[in-house]
Amino acid sequence: MSGLRRLRILLLGGSVSAILGAGLALSQMPALPAHLSSAVTPIELLTRKFDDSMPNAAQVRRGQYLVAAGDCMSCHIRDGGEPFAGGLGLNTPFGVIYTSNITPDKETGIGAWTSDQFYRAMHDGKDDEGENLYPAFPYPWFRRASRADIDAIYAYLKTVPAVKYTPPKNQLPFPLNIRASVGMWNLLYLDSHDFQADPGQSDQWNRGAYLVNGLGHCGGCHTPKNTLGADKSKQEFHGGKIDNGIAPDLTANMRTGLGNWSIEDIAEYLASGRNARAAAGSGMADVITFSTSLMNDADRRAIAVYLKSQPASATIAASAPDSGAMRRGAAIYSDACASCHLENGVGQSRVFPPLGNDAMLQQQDATGVAHLVLAGTQIGISLSRPSPLSMPSFAWKLTDREIADVSTFIRNSWGNQAAEVTVSDVTDLRKRLDLRNVHLTVNSGDHEQ
Amino acid sequence: MARKVNLDRRRFLVGSVAGVAGAAAAAIHDGELGAPPQTIHGSVPWKEGTADAPPGVSGSGYVFFTASEVAFIQAAVGRLIPNDPIGPGAVEANVPFFLDRQLAGPFGRGDHYYLGGPWPKGTPEQGYQSRFNPAQLYRAAIAEIDRYASAKLGSASFAALTAPDQDKFLKGLESGEITLEGSIDGKSFFAMLLQNTKEGYFSDPIYGGNKDMGAWKMIGFPGAHYDYKEWVSRHGERVPYPPVGFKGRPGWTES
Amino acid sequence: MATTLKPVDAVLVGFGWTGAIMGQQLCDAGLSVVALERGPWRDTATDFAAGFAQDELRYMWRHHLFQNLSYDTLTIRNNMDQEALPMRRLGSFLLGTGVGSGGVHWNGQIWRFLPTDFQTKSHNQQRYGKKSVADLTVQDWGITYDELEPFYDQFDQLCGTSGKAGNLQGKIQPGGNPFEGARANEYPTPPMAQTYGPTLFGKAAAELGRHPFPHPTGNMSQPYTNPLGAQMGACTYCGFCEKFGCGNYSKASPQTTVLPYLLRKSNFTLKTECEVLRVELTPDKQRATGVTYVNSAGEEFFQPAEMVILSAYVLQNVRLLLLSGIGKPYDPKTGEGVVGKNYAYQTMSSVNVFFDDKIINPFIGAGALATVIDDFNGDNFDHGGLGFIGGAYIAGMVTGGRPIEMIYTPQGTPAWGLEWKHAAAKNYLRSFSLSVHGSCMSARGNYLDLDPTYRDIHGRPMLRMTFDFTPNDHKMSDYLTDRAAELAKAMGPREIKLNRRIGPWSVVPYQTTHNTGGAIMGDNPANSVVNKYLQSWDVPNVFSMGAGAYPQNAGYNPTATLAALAYHSADAIKSQYLKAPGPLVRA
Repeated sequence: MSGLRRLRILLLGGSVSAILGAGLALSQMPALPAHLSSAVTPIELLTRKFDDSMPNAAQVRRGQYLVAAGDCMSCHIRDGGEPFAGGLGLNTPFGVIYTSNITPDKETGIGAWTSDQFYRAMHDGKDDEGENLYPAFPYPWFRRASRADIDAIYAYLKTVPAVKYTPPKNQLPFPLNIRASVGMWNLLYLDSHDFQADPGQSDQWNRGAYLVNGLGHCGGCHTPKNTLGADKSKQEFHGGKIDNGIAPDLTANMRTGLGNWSIEDIAEYLASGRNARAAAGSGMADVITFSTSLMNDADRRAIAVYLKSQPASATIAASAPDSGAMRRGAAIYSDACASCHLENGVGQSRVFPPLGNDAMLQQQDATGVAHLVLAGTQIGISLSRPSPLSMPSFAWKLTDREIADVSTFIRNSWGNQAAEVTVSDVTDLRKRLDLRNVHLTVNSGDHEQ
Repeated sequence: MARKVNLDRRRFLVGSVAGVAGAAAAAIHDGELGAPPQTIHGSVPWKEGTADAPPGVSGSGYVFFTASEVAFIQAAVGRLIPNDPIGPGAVEANVPFFLDRQLAGPFGRGDHYYLGGPWPKGTPEQGYQSRFNPAQLYRAAIAEIDRYASAKLGSASFAALTAPDQDKFLKGLESGEITLEGSIDGKSFFAMLLQNTKEGYFSDPIYGGNKDMGAWKMIGFPGAHYDYKEWVSRHGERVPYPPVGFKGRPGWTES
Repeated sequence: MATTLKPVDAVLVGFGWTGAIMGQQLCDAGLSVVALERGPWRDTATDFAAGFAQDELRYMWRHHLFQNLSYDTLTIRNNMDQEALPMRRLGSFLLGTGVGSGGVHWNGQIWRFLPTDFQTKSHNQQRYGKKSVADLTVQDWGITYDELEPFYDQFDQLCGTSGKAGNLQGKIQPGGNPFEGARANEYPTPPMAQTYGPTLFGKAAAELGRHPFPHPTGNMSQPYTNPLGAQMGACTYCGFCEKFGCGNYSKASPQTTVLPYLLRKSNFTLKTECEVLRVELTPDKQRATGVTYVNSAGEEFFQPAEMVILSAYVLQNVRLLLLSGIGKPYDPKTGEGVVGKNYAYQTMSSVNVFFDDKIINPFIGAGALATVIDDFNGDNFDHGGLGFIGGAYIAGMVTGGRPIEMIYTPQGTPAWGLEWKHAAAKNYLRSFSLSVHGSCMSARGNYLDLDPTYRDIHGRPMLRMTFDFTPNDHKMSDYLTDRAAELAKAMGPREIKLNRRIGPWSVVPYQTTHNTGGAIMGDNPANSVVNKYLQSWDVPNVFSMGAGAYPQNAGYNPTATLAALAYHSADAIKSQYLKAPGPLVRA
């Protein structure tokens, strides 16, 4: 799993307690093989077929699709946990927020919620008792979804296996641990409008805007945040910093954004987590796996059309890198990186990403690159591209100086241009990622204790 | 996805496997039955920052060999791979240090050897049939060799012999013409010493031998380089990559 | 004692190639499947990444990915008059363990057996007379090449095999192996580029009138996406295939080709560090009820299952059959019984070639990077008057230049000292080896049974291997090594060195991990353990996969054939067995 914990937004996630409400009877579930050896996997839950014998089959199918569009799974499952049972800790700048159980369990999930209560949570960020949820739960985006769409999500969530599980308590300092504090935040930052279509734009553009700014909540990561964790104004999709990683610029910037990407490039990336230019690792991996790969191509193209319309962020000039760092970096690259990305950085199409003219590498903040080299990453998958091709961790192999040099080299080669990476940046990140010691695997029995 | 597995929970004592007959008292092993049981379901496990990194060695000085054993090892490996201008000798390549760390570690303990009895001698085709693990074999064999040198050759030790006499002795062990006391199979020990010496000479410097990658330079092996795609069809040309170890080469750090 | 688990439709014992194939096939058919693997989980980026996979000491010589003999080994001897002793360290063959097993550290050599290889007995009797096989216990397989062809193809599609067809639907193709059985389809990807050594070999072979072609390989010549959607990259010729995991997803393995697809299925579960102790049978021994296993925490479980698939290595499958009382053990004295019968191996020799003026760069290599001739394999040539059956392919092969293992020095060079060092320095870049990969015919005294003395950590008897090469194989190997020497000389080297197959089989030097037989297939229960669908004649809900089914071993690497047999078995299970569980072939 990607360790770049999809730290959606700023504040903490609402821990939802709930009761009541009945899911559909199990007999209405699609048949699974006899002798089920284990629980249904997240992917199969998100892709299982509902047959027409179910009275609200059409609504449930729509809800299943929208749960994917909203990427609910990525956050509402924890390591070793059941789908939608929550319990994943989100490291926010304000503390750890645990995602809630949204299975239909009446005591610990949302089985007792009415559709009105569910709508209020999605639209206003209030739980079933009217308490504020923390906006780590992305209601500032979800509120742009229509009532019909939210009702469909509600209907689908009623069909998933109920799990009795109470997530841990949030770890928030005073006064953030008082939910009323969120009320002030809502007053300051919550958009009072539901989604408004722009009649001057195409239906496709408007559909893209609805998905991106609504359920898709892309700005949750890709728009920079102020100190209270709200979007910085006029910087939509200029790229954000989350946890110890980077959500890159999605504007038309030619170097750091999607300026060089075609509609097809974006749609393919969202469909399979890989295209001729890039691979979706780190925080984006789960988004591909549990969200965009499960959407239809028309919606992915609509998202691409909308993103391509975003005005370019300002380009920040980088001074020429140190020639010694470049020379050392080139040596390290040839020996340690060329096995996949090849000697001239061309990579292998849709398997190992090329490194030239790369937006991710040229982000102003090098945290994303250094994080990849230190920790490695597993890319997102789709039903038709199931290989979670992974970049290995180099934390055990390269010193902080070597990681800084090779990062500087790849950020300034093959058309790339970006600020040097300093040794102290890497040292700090290594510490934050807890990679000062080697993390061995179950295979590592030949190491002395 | 993959949250089912925590790859950090490694190292599991299998000594708890109950009721086993003739079991080697097992501590930690790679290979199998050495890690905790895992149930993998739903996705390909992955945890960032993890690597089955090579178990390199550190420090200096000897932790396994005694002073007299060091004298033997330096003399013997210096004859197996002598130093000259063509390339480093085994001593110059730091092979004695490599051997010391190998014998002090899992290899010395025979972690992958089956050492249970009974121990009949067997045929040459049946291979290694000693009850000793490599560390025990080195210890016992070196003592026997020095005893032999003293008792039959009138020398204080193997190391005190002249180089030609050392070569003669080693050839005798290799061919089986020299037999050692104390149920030590000299031929078997020689084969192991030669093999381990070549291992220390040619393995990655992370294991303590192959100092400055001198053995790789001598033969022209680029080491841990992984991509020769551009050179596959360039028949007969010299490949320009300088040797590199897992932890790099001078070009990685030159200012 | 043992905790009884929830029943499943099928339990897989071992998770290498055949486990992966059966898991995928049976899960796609909707069955619930649990795979029990006695070794650990391992995967590309964490356990054999390009940053450390190329470690000759750790993998080749310290056996980091192989079976740990301290827990379990087998006993060995050359003949029934000897006392079998434990194989105390790995040598002749390198047993796999862990997820992917040998499929992780194989070379990726993907061969089909010849059509006549499936009729070793009847074909040779017909062409060379009854005497030609009189001293051997060779048999026909009970299956034909044509029956297996679609399943060979399935494995090629899975692996993305790089190669050039020599026989497409009966039409001989230039550049391929003209001796091969007809293929329905061209290889999924083109052949790998050949380095200098194999290129020189190919030229010399053509000049001698042989028919050189690129070795078919599971090392990818270009990126490939298989029918399951799993992706591989192109090989970078790092020279660390066999004994090593591939660090950049360019070698076909269960990890690269099957697991990404299979693991996301709800009806598949993989349990590691779980060793199956025995197959449990009903009191009348007509049916298996499941398997008993112990995990590395020492906990014992009974896993009930409708079907038991033995998908471990050949030696473990045979041992489990013997330990579980499935089928009648073979008795070499009477020739009766079948379990353990016809153990065979591979008869290997080589010729080293040394140049003064040619830089071979042996470190640029891949597991199956070779130019090959098949002119002297199987019955591709007239054996009249030669006194043996079978043959070998001869490959000008450069799998890598790993210096502890693969420095060749001329005939007469001592193994150490200055002379050795100078020879190593002089010849390393300028030499390579021709591999002679010979068949191994089964014989009455070569077999597997349970050892009377030695036991594993669970207290179970070890497997006992009684084996030596037959006069047939020695003659074959000598003849083929001479053919290889002709080719070597035709390359115009300074000198060559012949490494003949001399003397009895020894466990000491590495030869090849191609152990076969012991759970052989055939057309009736009197001569075989399993039918053509790898189904036990005695306990029809037990299927035994792998090279144990080979009645004798052909002159090729065994993986593709055992994969094809697994697909063939899965096909019969899906189309026939599930509808009417019971014997698929009437005894």
